[in-house]
Amino acid sequence: MKHETIEKSIPLMAILTFVVVLIGGIVEIVPLFYIESTIEKVEGMRPYTPLELRGQDIYIREGCYNCHSQMIRPFRDEQERYGHYSLAAESMYDHPFQWGSKRTGPDLARVGGKYSNLWHQAHMKNPRDMVPESVMPAYPWLVENDLEYGNITKRMEVLQLVGVPYSKEQIENAVADLKAQAIPDSDSDALLARYGEKVTLQNFDGEPARITELDAIVAYLQVLGTMVDFSSYQAQAR
Amino acid sequence: MGQKNDSIATYDYGIVKMFSVMSIAYAVVGFLVGIILALELAFPELNGGIPYISFGRLRPLHTSAVIFAFGGSVLFATTYYVVQRTCRARLFSDFLSKLTFWGWNLIVVLVVVTYPLGLSQGMEYAEMIWPIDLLIVVVWVAYFINFVGTLAKRKDQHIFVANWFFLAFIITVALLHIINNLAVPVSITASYPVWSGVQSAMIQWWYGHNAVGFFLTAAFLGMMYYFVPKQAERPIYSYRLSIVHFWSLVFLYIWAGPHHLHYTALPDWAGTLGATFSIMLLLPSWGGMINGIMTLSGAWHKLRTDPILRFFIISLSFYGMSTFEGPMMAIKEVNALSHYTDWTVGHVHSGALGWVAMVSFASLYHMIPKLWGTTIHSVKLINLHFWLATVGVVIYIVAMWISGVMQGLMWRAYDDFGNLTYSFAETVAAMHPYYFIRAIGGIVFLLGALVMVYNIYMTISTAKDRPVVAA
Repeated sequence: MKHETIEKSIPLMAILTFVVVLIGGIVEIVPLFYIESTIEKVEGMRPYTPLELRGQDIYIREGCYNCHSQMIRPFRDEQERYGHYSLAAESMYDHPFQWGSKRTGPDLARVGGKYSNLWHQAHMKNPRDMVPESVMPAYPWLVENDLEYGNITKRMEVLQLVGVPYSKEQIENAVADLKAQAIPDSDSDALLARYGEKVTLQNFDGEPARITELDAIVAYLQVLGTMVDFSSYQAQAR
Repeated sequence: MGQKNDSIATYDYGIVKMFSVMSIAYAVVGFLVGIILALELAFPELNGGIPYISFGRLRPLHTSAVIFAFGGSVLFATTYYVVQRTCRARLFSDFLSKLTFWGWNLIVVLVVVTYPLGLSQGMEYAEMIWPIDLLIVVVWVAYFINFVGTLAKRKDQHIFVANWFFLAFIITVALLHIINNLAVPVSITASYPVWSGVQSAMIQWWYGHNAVGFFLTAAFLGMMYYFVPKQAERPIYSYRLSIVHFWSLVFLYIWAGPHHLHYTALPDWAGTLGATFSIMLLLPSWGGMINGIMTLSGAWHKLRTDPILRFFIISLSFYGMSTFEGPMMAIKEVNALSHYTDWTVGHVHSGALGWVAMVSFASLYHMIPKLWGTTIHSVKLINLHFWLATVGVVIYIVAMWISGVMQGLMWRAYDDFGNLTYSFAETVAAMHPYYFIRAIGGIVFLLGALVMVYNIYMTISTAKDRPVVAA
């Protein structure tokens, strides 16, 4: 076919362009839904608790991904600085992924457990009190704002719909579980039964009487990268 | 009869004028927000504890303002102008033209309101919440119908080269936008994407890289194919090259996305494909640059007297430079150093300021006097804008090269005892002077844009004093 034929016909031009554009995307995207390394389940991975989930919502609201990655590359310096390289499975419940593209601040893929809640409270109030060189803005409003969790059940239902394996029980008890995790002396056995013994129950925000946005985001940060136990993962793999 | 069809009265210049003026306004806003962000990085207290202007919420506003508000408006203006002139026909539907104008501007207003409130999907360059995404689909379908409808009215059998690029841009952006934004709503302002983890990452960068490839490249190449020959008063250098250039660019670009995900949990083969196609992409990219620059052969002397042409040529030079730099950064070993650093930010701005903004300025300078049937208020001021813009970009990208490469090297530096030499905080401190220099580059670039605002304002408001008889 001569090019003259194509450039004289709008439908031909449009359809050919569409087909040509489609090829690359199909080849690169479709296999990711089928091959082992991108869909494997790794022991320890669980959906976020309601409080952690609200924390991720706030992480996205504040645009943290603009300056922080959550993707450790398999380089010696990154593993020494941040820990074991990230696995595909570790972000399988993130809608959308939070790998980021820029490290104006450090990677957060394994920030969970690295700093105390007290450190996070002070750091969010004014980052330069904890890290003098920091260029992160202060987030004083997180502790001032009471956490909204009116639609937490709806949120978990939607996530279940798009593939996060929340159980019926987890969804029904979303509000109770959220409170149980944020208020330390509350009865939390049921929460632990539903999400596992490793869930941290703490007064994340330093305000024992209230559930604030700071509770949620610190709970989220404290769980990042802690779900997979790498001593057993290594044993599994090799 | 035939002559009448060619006259200005037949064309819908009103819509082109509206989009042109808005594009200049959005340019100023987009650049200004960029400068505020640059200064916030240099002086982190600058947001004064106000959530709405904190870096994380404002950065998406900057990227959307420059890409979609400024870039988008320039594209609507120029595609509507070029498709009418090359088809010698009025736009297909005045209603659809109006719909795209008011729809697009409504989208921009909604973005400006929602982002500072923290209403975001959390995906780069696709932060718009789902109702805005739907609105974009409506406007885009109207745009497609209006554009194709006009093409169908063309007087020549052949579709003009620029319109191939515009058509490819409209079709591909629709595809990318819809697939990447598939989501299930929670409320009117919140939703969760259907994609997660590694699939979400791959689809996002398939979208993200081709927002660059089709929104900011293919469409602007279309502009180049019309305006450069017009301004130089020479035919395009090689028609055959445009054919090869077009199809290879459209085919290869779409593969390049995974180079944003080297050494991540994305499988290696996908990254390798992305890198390979990125390197191949150098050929069509330079094919376009050569086709544009060589159009001046036999007319090089015009560069001395015509600052608009100079704008075109420098934009093509920046295009050539950043499409060389891009494939280099897509090589895994280079990417290991450059990824996550300011080098990427510098690369984006050599493309966005050097190529996209400069070719837009040039096209607007060419087009606006014609729209108002007049001549430009001051050629000298175009020249001043040219120099301010060029110096601004150079300051910006040099600062980012230095800080990016330095940061990448500091992250991986080891001392004699095998320990990491620098803490992360030390690398942040080392960036400070370059963040400040970058802001200065941005300010100089904005000053240039303000010169343009004045020049265009004078051109339009005194258009009647300098009438040009339609040829």
